[in-house]
Amino acid sequence: MIELLQEYWRPFLYSDGQHITGLAMTMWLLSASIAIGFLVSIPLSIARVSSNRLVRWPVQFYTYLFRGTPLYIQLLICYTGIYSIAAVRAQPLLDAFFRDAMNCTILAFALNTCAYTTEIFAGSIRSMSYGEVEAAKAYGLTGWKLYAYVIMPSALRRSLPYYSNEVILMLHSTTVAFTATVPDILKVARDANSATFMTFQSFGIAALIYLTVTFILVGLFRLAERRWLAFLGPSH
Amino acid sequence: MLEALVQNLGLSAFSLKGFGPLLLAGTWMTIKLSVLSLAVSIVLGLIGASAKLSSSPLLRAPAQLYTTLIRGVPDLVLMLLIFYSLQTWLSSITDALDWEYIEIDPFAAGVITLGFIYGAYFTETFRGAILAVPRGQVEAATAYGLKRGQRFRYVVFPQMMRFALPGIGNNWQVLLKATALVSIIGLADLVKASQDAGKSTYQLFYFLVLAALIYLLITSASNFALRWAERRYSAGSREAQR
Repeated sequence: MIELLQEYWRPFLYSDGQHITGLAMTMWLLSASIAIGFLVSIPLSIARVSSNRLVRWPVQFYTYLFRGTPLYIQLLICYTGIYSIAAVRAQPLLDAFFRDAMNCTILAFALNTCAYTTEIFAGSIRSMSYGEVEAAKAYGLTGWKLYAYVIMPSALRRSLPYYSNEVILMLHSTTVAFTATVPDILKVARDANSATFMTFQSFGIAALIYLTVTFILVGLFRLAERRWLAFLGPSH
Repeated sequence: MLEALVQNLGLSAFSLKGFGPLLLAGTWMTIKLSVLSLAVSIVLGLIGASAKLSSSPLLRAPAQLYTTLIRGVPDLVLMLLIFYSLQTWLSSITDALDWEYIEIDPFAAGVITLGFIYGAYFTETFRGAILAVPRGQVEAATAYGLKRGQRFRYVVFPQMMRFALPGIGNNWQVLLKATALVSIIGLADLVKASQDAGKSTYQLFYFLVLAALIYLLITSASNFALRWAERRYSAGSREAQR
């Protein structure tokens, strides 16, 4: 156990000497996909609650597809599936993009988390109390100002508990990245396992790292809720 | 049969190239694995929920540890950890007892592993649902002279199911999608079948999309079934009309 830690603590945490690995890689995967997913899901969630079917349905179809299929398959399609099409390999730009495992992984993760986040935000826009929107309209806010100043600030705050769940699920989902040769925590654990045959210890260390990150994220979101959701709590 | 159907529908451009039976076997494996794991995890969830709600700290503490640890660690990590360690532990036990080497069936190990992981999620679902049953119901049942087991079977369980169903549905969808990971530990499920078919025909994209569509079909069908069950178990309750 001690030798395992002595030999592998560096790759488990940040680097194997050449590449970023382990925890640093997992956090990079998580933050990149969460950031892209968040930014894209805001316009999509507004489209998702649109009263125009032509706007609403494509988004609904997208979230249905990506929430109804496993992330692992989505990753396989992005990483091995798309690159197996000859037409993709013939295009220099697409070829360069899909040849890189990192690009494919972040693309698959971002598309997946964006679908879930869109539904979360759309749900809280829908559950917005009508008085709030009517008051905003009475003040003369319309169009994007209505969304930017009233609806989105309120909807994003109220979706914080669900969003924190999604971020933690996404942290747990990043583990499939090793199947696309991305050297995340689990990849290091597998390497350590095949080199030392200390199965329980190798995967146990990985499990402990994930557990710690999960607890830290839960704590951070609790702080964020205390800051931004205080108005929903009992009055003092 | 599948092949003939494809031919008849004029879809031969989308032919399965003789991999239909393999895909069907993979789909069957996925369904079998997820249904059996669901059964294991529901049983574990009920046990866990009763332990968590028990008045004895000796029962509460391990259940609390179980749900916190399992839900804080990614399912794939746990899967690899348990799946590979199960065999090691069993071998060391058989070695110590001078028994013959017992090889764990990968399918059984997969069911146990998935059931153990999702049992923690079901524990939380059932705990919430049991707490949602009004206290007076149990007290009334006690007043009628029902015994502990009868109280659970006739009074708490039917009412609890209504509160638990949305959670069960969610967990089932997550569990079903998590079974896609078992191909990583070497089980011949739908993902493995589509990868094999795709690699040997050089049409990986097509077969992977096909597998995704089959998953979509299963999730949509189970969604439909859940709606039906929710209607059935919400008999006798109503929601405010908006």
